[in-house]
Amino acid sequence: MSRVALVTGGSRGIGRAIATRLGADGARVAVNYRSGKDAADEVVAAISVAGGEAIAVGADVADPDAIAALFDEVSERLGPVEVLVNNAGITADDLVLRMKPEAWDAVIQTNLTAAFHTTKAALRGMLKGRWGRIVNITSVAGIGGNAGQANYSAAKAGLIGLTKSVAKEVASRNITVNAVAPGFIETDMTGALGDEVRDAALPMISMGRFGSPGEVAAAVGYLASEDASYVTGHVLVVDGGLGF
Amino acid sequence: MDRPEVEAKMTDLLVDELGLERDKIAMGARFEEDLEVDSLGVVELLMALEDTFGVTIPDEEAEKIVTVGEAVDVVMTKLES
Repeated sequence: MSRVALVTGGSRGIGRAIATRLGADGARVAVNYRSGKDAADEVVAAISVAGGEAIAVGADVADPDAIAALFDEVSERLGPVEVLVNNAGITADDLVLRMKPEAWDAVIQTNLTAAFHTTKAALRGMLKGRWGRIVNITSVAGIGGNAGQANYSAAKAGLIGLTKSVAKEVASRNITVNAVAPGFIETDMTGALGDEVRDAALPMISMGRFGSPGEVAAAVGYLASEDASYVTGHVLVVDGGLGF
Repeated sequence: MDRPEVEAKMTDLLVDELGLERDKIAMGARFEEDLEVDSLGVVELLMALEDTFGVTIPDEEAEKIVTVGEAVDVVMTKLES
């Protein structure tokens, strides 16, 4: 059965790996991007070359109106969304005492509030079809916090509360809602971290290395599959044994 | 669309979408107490009504719907305006 999947922020990093994995698993994938159209097109091309089906759809998920238009477009071109991966996320790091309100608002809006809007939009179709998978990409920062990332950690922690609440609301309709909490993963986001931060992080990771986006995508692939039909309201941590 | 037609379509929706038994559905039946429709079921029903009749039912009006007949009332009002 070929499900329609939407991955927000799917043009690079973890989102790209998730889109690629879902495409390989047979889903028809809508790769959402904000400004990275070329990158999104590349993801679509890679999925197609591997024998799958994908489209690129531009929308800034920080804008609720853009989300409505995004879902309309995906519905028209592929069908109602059956697998929703809320992956789009930004950072605007600073110590809380120095953090500007705009930096707080922007991260909450894109990383958390957007997921509220996309969840509402997706549930309409999922309730009708009596089947759905929602996977929210949170972070170990949402579980344990991180100095300098009060906004990011708060948004990611918020995603966990959203995940568990919605899971309880819609479980009776065969819709599962779960979260994946990656640790340190090799992407543009962590690539921007200074050597000092990397050197401080590595000793805390039992596996002694950062993870790959594919290793996070594998967890998402599982949760989106029929195999995970009895898993809901769960946070699956993928962190190489961080902080043991 | 006249009231009997809306009532008939409403009954069909309740049977098809919510899996209710046809002979249990009366205009005076309360969704939650008599038909055992849970709160999510009422939301699903409202979405189905919006799609079937091509109307929009704002939350404030939706919250007041207790019986099948009241749901028909709301749809009739929307269709007439």
